Amino acid sequence: MTTTTSRHEAAPAAAEPKRPARDREAKGEGRILNAFSHTFLAIWGAMVAVPLLWAVIQSFRTDDEILHSPLSLPKSWHIDAFGRAWTRGHIGDYFFNTIVVMIFSVTLTMLLGSMVAYVLARYRFPGNRFFYYLFFVGLVMPIFLGLVPLYLTVKNLATSIQAATGLPFEHWIGLNTYGGLILVYIAYSLPFTVFFMHSFFRTLPESVAEAGLIDGASHTALFFRIMLPMAKPGLVSIGLFNIIGQWNQFILPNLLMKPQGPGDTDKSMLTQGLLALVNNSKYETDWARLFAGMTIAMLPILATYLVFNSRIQAGLTGSITK
Amino acid sequence: MRHGRFPFIVGFLGFPVLLYFVYVIWPYMQTAYYSLTDWNGFSRTVPYAGFGNYADLLKDDQFLRSLFHNVVILVVYPIITIVLALFFAFMLNVGGRGDRAGIRGVAGSGIYKTIFFFPQLLSIAIVAILWGRVFESSADTGFLNALLAKVGLVDPAHPLLFLGETESWLMPALNFRDTVLDAPVVLWCLIVIAVWGGVGFYLVLFSAGMQSIPKDIFEAALLDGSTRSQTFFRVTLPLLWEHISVAWVYLGIAALDFFLLAFAIAPPSMLATGASHVMSSWVYHTAFASSRYDKFGYACAMAVTMAAFTFLFALIQLRITRREKIEY
Repeated sequence: MTTTTSRHEAAPAAAEPKRPARDREAKGEGRILNAFSHTFLAIWGAMVAVPLLWAVIQSFRTDDEILHSPLSLPKSWHIDAFGRAWTRGHIGDYFFNTIVVMIFSVTLTMLLGSMVAYVLARYRFPGNRFFYYLFFVGLVMPIFLGLVPLYLTVKNLATSIQAATGLPFEHWIGLNTYGGLILVYIAYSLPFTVFFMHSFFRTLPESVAEAGLIDGASHTALFFRIMLPMAKPGLVSIGLFNIIGQWNQFILPNLLMKPQGPGDTDKSMLTQGLLALVNNSKYETDWARLFAGMTIAMLPILATYLVFNSRIQAGLTGSITK
Repeated sequence: MRHGRFPFIVGFLGFPVLLYFVYVIWPYMQTAYYSLTDWNGFSRTVPYAGFGNYADLLKDDQFLRSLFHNVVILVVYPIITIVLALFFAFMLNVGGRGDRAGIRGVAGSGIYKTIFFFPQLLSIAIVAILWGRVFESSADTGFLNALLAKVGLVDPAHPLLFLGETESWLMPALNFRDTVLDAPVVLWCLIVIAVWGGVGFYLVLFSAGMQSIPKDIFEAALLDGSTRSQTFFRVTLPLLWEHISVAWVYLGIAALDFFLLAFAIAPPSMLATGASHVMSSWVYHTAFASSRYDKFGYACAMAVTMAAFTFLFALIQLRITRREKIEY
């Protein structure tokens, strides 16, 4: 650090004599590079933003317009496609399903994840490292490696607990139940949450914890009253990360949330519902409804992102390098 | 101080660890176990097969073709993503004019950073819908075909197939036993989508890295008369090496996975031809498709092999990219 500062101060004097020539050279290169890079940045920005905007606009148009002049703006703005997507496309139901599951899964992920992270980060006990690396395994393995046995586990676990207790566990945590999906979401969100919060709890000062314990607070009270509030910035970042991740989760609901027979209700998540709309639109050709459904599914996350932009980015990339 | 420590630790760890073990670790362990059996997924008896499934892998032409597709992705996808992300990150963080105000990104870099990140927020279903329209094989409704037809590069009567194209591109299809080792156009389309989705994330990752490099290093380089490309190659790149190496590992793991893209975006007709299959989608197909109902144990053996490849790759990658850490 000191060497760079002194170099910084010394440099102007040393570089002064030969500066003009070099400067002109650098400026010329700079201008070309500037134009080039701005063009490139703008093109990439358009590649990302235009399809999204285009899709949103499609939902305000009629199918006739969508099919015959896909690139023009709508002549009049129709909003009835949103109604059709919400009711006939069942997007409303799927939206509701997703919200119900996520209220529990995100809250519990955050709670259980920070509890594990806190204990692993601040308490020394035999087996601490073992649990730490156990969670590391889940961070590295791609989800779908355990997909087939996971399906059987969810199914058999509910069946065997039901057989043992006589309570209707198959309707609580079996296949195609909110409870089952919530538990699975939590389990698969834990590794990343634990790692992120682990590094966060390690940075909190020891003195606060000691003071709390001397004042007679129990370990549990210390965690909930002092440590958890102090970790709030970290909780916000990883919470948003989990919201995005679980909102967009595709493999797990696709595997676990299929009606298990004729009498079973459809409890699909939003991503499944969208794919169903894609497949239906091939036969019913209601493109506007498809795009409206997509817009409905996309907007909550985009809005959250725009509000918490920097925190989400910090949350997504922060722990990757630690 | 030590009072009630043990019950507290057990109380906090107990339930989450149990949950995690049952739904994550246990399935992985089961996959490893079933790979040594000829179990079909539902019968009561589980016939032990030793390493027979692993021996069969070598005879499975479709598996080898899928593996080859993964290799193509592994070679192309990380490098394109990293180069683009690095270029953008450099432009947005230190590419602007270094004047009296010091080092900064080009104008409007905040907006660019926000927008580039968008694909990261979309579920794979939405990505599938959007890119389905972009690659659609019609000069009327397909984005790219309409564009190319306007420029005159595509005959409107014969639009390009894109996601429906099994022809190998950039490399000849090599005949291998009963199959081919190739890089079909549909695979390239999937790679394009993957790059489109990934650049924003790695841009943010590299940006964070560049922000943590002290500004006086860049200023010193500028004052010494360094041009922007010199600054990039001589200063930024070496100091960012650790981030790049992390990105490489993550992208490599993603390239060996690639499940969502191959599963949700490639049209079903493509999966039937095998042109768009990568290892993961082939595992899924083998485990769940009704035509292969008795292949469950075999699918598990494939999954374990894939996991082994992934770990091996991560290890090798970490070895290759290991360098002395630069402290600043």
